[in-house]
Amino acid sequence: MRHPDLPFFPPRQGCTHELCGAGAFTFAFVLAARLGGDVLWVREAWDRVQINPNGVARFFDPSHMTICNTSDQKETLAIAEEGLRSGAVSLVVMTLGKPLGLTEGRRLQLAARDGKGLGLAIIPEAMGSNAAQTRWRCSPVFTAEDSTLQKWELIKNKSGTLGVWHVRWDAASHRLIVVSPAGK
Amino acid sequence: MFDGMPRRIVSLWFPRLASDRVLRQHPTDAPFALTLKQNNLNRIYCLNREAMRQGLHRGMPYSDARAFCPDLKSHPAEPRKDRDFLHVLRRWATRYCPWVGVEGEDGLVLDVTGSVHLFGGEDAMIADVRHRMVRAGLSVQAGVGDTRGAAWALARYGEGLAPPGDMLAALKALPVSALRLSDEMSVALQRLGLRRIEDLAKAPRAPLTRRFGPDLLLRLDQALGAQPEGITPLADPPHYGVRMTLPDPIGLLPDVMQGVERLLTKLCAKLKAQDAGARVLCVTLRRVDQDCQQVELRLARPLRDPHRILPMFERGLAEIDAGFGIDQLRLEATRVEPLPAQQVSHVTTRDKGRLDDLITRLGTRIGLENIHRFLPADSHIPERSFLIAPAAYSAPESGWDFNQPRPVCLFSPEPVAGTGPYPPERFRWRRMSLTTGRATGPERIAPEWWLEDENWRSGVRDYWRVETVQGRRLWLFYTPQNPGWFVHGEFA
Repeated sequence: MRHPDLPFFPPRQGCTHELCGAGAFTFAFVLAARLGGDVLWVREAWDRVQINPNGVARFFDPSHMTICNTSDQKETLAIAEEGLRSGAVSLVVMTLGKPLGLTEGRRLQLAARDGKGLGLAIIPEAMGSNAAQTRWRCSPVFTAEDSTLQKWELIKNKSGTLGVWHVRWDAASHRLIVVSPAGK
Repeated sequence: MFDGMPRRIVSLWFPRLASDRVLRQHPTDAPFALTLKQNNLNRIYCLNREAMRQGLHRGMPYSDARAFCPDLKSHPAEPRKDRDFLHVLRRWATRYCPWVGVEGEDGLVLDVTGSVHLFGGEDAMIADVRHRMVRAGLSVQAGVGDTRGAAWALARYGEGLAPPGDMLAALKALPVSALRLSDEMSVALQRLGLRRIEDLAKAPRAPLTRRFGPDLLLRLDQALGAQPEGITPLADPPHYGVRMTLPDPIGLLPDVMQGVERLLTKLCAKLKAQDAGARVLCVTLRRVDQDCQQVELRLARPLRDPHRILPMFERGLAEIDAGFGIDQLRLEATRVEPLPAQQVSHVTTRDKGRLDDLITRLGTRIGLENIHRFLPADSHIPERSFLIAPAAYSAPESGWDFNQPRPVCLFSPEPVAGTGPYPPERFRWRRMSLTTGRATGPERIAPEWWLEDENWRSGVRDYWRVETVQGRRLWLFYTPQNPGWFVHGEFA
């Protein structure tokens, strides 16, 4: 059930994808809303950014979210791999701070393939791994008339072309709306 | 012809159970008392012999007791531990007979019919009890009689043995309160001149029943044996431990798993019989060189399904060093929670179980306390409008309020330069210079004065949703009582 105007969304199941940019959380929440089911969110315990479930509720029910606090990136990857392999959750999101080696990236891909899950690694800009299936850069965009507009750039794709889309989330109908960038 | 064996009951009374229990650990000869706070007043709950000799008594306010006896040592009472201790004594008393019940807060009652001769007669048995209790540091008073009531009376009001047969002869000199009567009733009887059991037994029954109700004569008849009275023996609490000893040591992981599976099957049958589920399981593996290794498994939900529990042991067991081999396996459910049978519904709960199993497996790696879920909370304060609860010890709840637009992430407030009650046109935040494109607000949120919160000392906050031309949509607030601008969160 792909969006006609957004050919690579939702990203392919059974793979791990990468996200960067200021709107990465929004992408993850929209994807979780689209996939349904439970979400495993793996973060390091020192991370000061606290997800606010009252804001997340505009996308999906926060009671479907399980948060894991880990001590370092190695543990984050181990937890994410275990979660992806189990197939018990539809989406595993991990926030990473350090660059990912090819071995670790490949292990995540294999785990996602075994569990038929979907993994999302939120990475700092320009720290992607070659093993990722796709990589998205998401950033919020200011417009005079709309206050939820996002720009999603597909900056790496192993099985297709790249692209840029402007989207916004309609909280009332729980739908993603692709906006043609006006005046560009 | 043999016409049965006369029933014999032993009643044991521990007059200073609570203080003796504490003094076993901290022995002292000085006056000692346990205090319990009742109705906002510390009262003496239990005291030792020395304190009693100095004129203190139970129920006395602690401050008065200190005035009477300045060198009084005291300790807070723990009635729950005393109750547990009494149950330990009950279990110990089954060495004399299998039929042991608990009598009130500080007594035991034993039906020793037919087991007396094993200890060489009643006198020898009571002497043995007394000897062991003195060695354990407990004071005890024992009474033996044909009925529970008689034994109770003798234990508390004139220690001794009533010879089988005539209970009235043994009890007649005791006061009426020895009949387990309420205080008001025994005082009322004494006012009528019925001071001893003998007087009561001689008095006409009908007027007594009319005056005091049926309880009085029931107690009398129970003590004298005219009315039967049973003893309820307490069952031992179920023990959730199983073990297996092997003729030859094993060392391979599949073999150990097979062993654990057999133990799990037995343990889960026990759990099922008690309608319980294991929360924490512990496998102890004893090696041939007498070394013991333990694997603990903490489950995210109480479980008693061996097929679900077994795979979760795999990670822990794989780390075990078998050495020269393992020859004994012991599996114990160290924490057990009630798990009643549930109705199987048409809505499949398989996925729910899979998530719980995943949480258990992740918990073995990072600890169950590091896995959280969000629960809604009733507060307007953004940080307190949700709770972070351990996923293993909470159930998901719904009821999220999304009428107000709220940011998707929050951080601790970061100051930005700005003056006045309207958002600044330009500001720097995290080394980015941002220009305000549109500002929506203010939304005033007042601190909850009934809760002390360090972060809300600066007073009320006016929250603004600021959309910057650069794209970031931030949640800023202004504190009018303590002027300053802060960034508190970010919108989607």
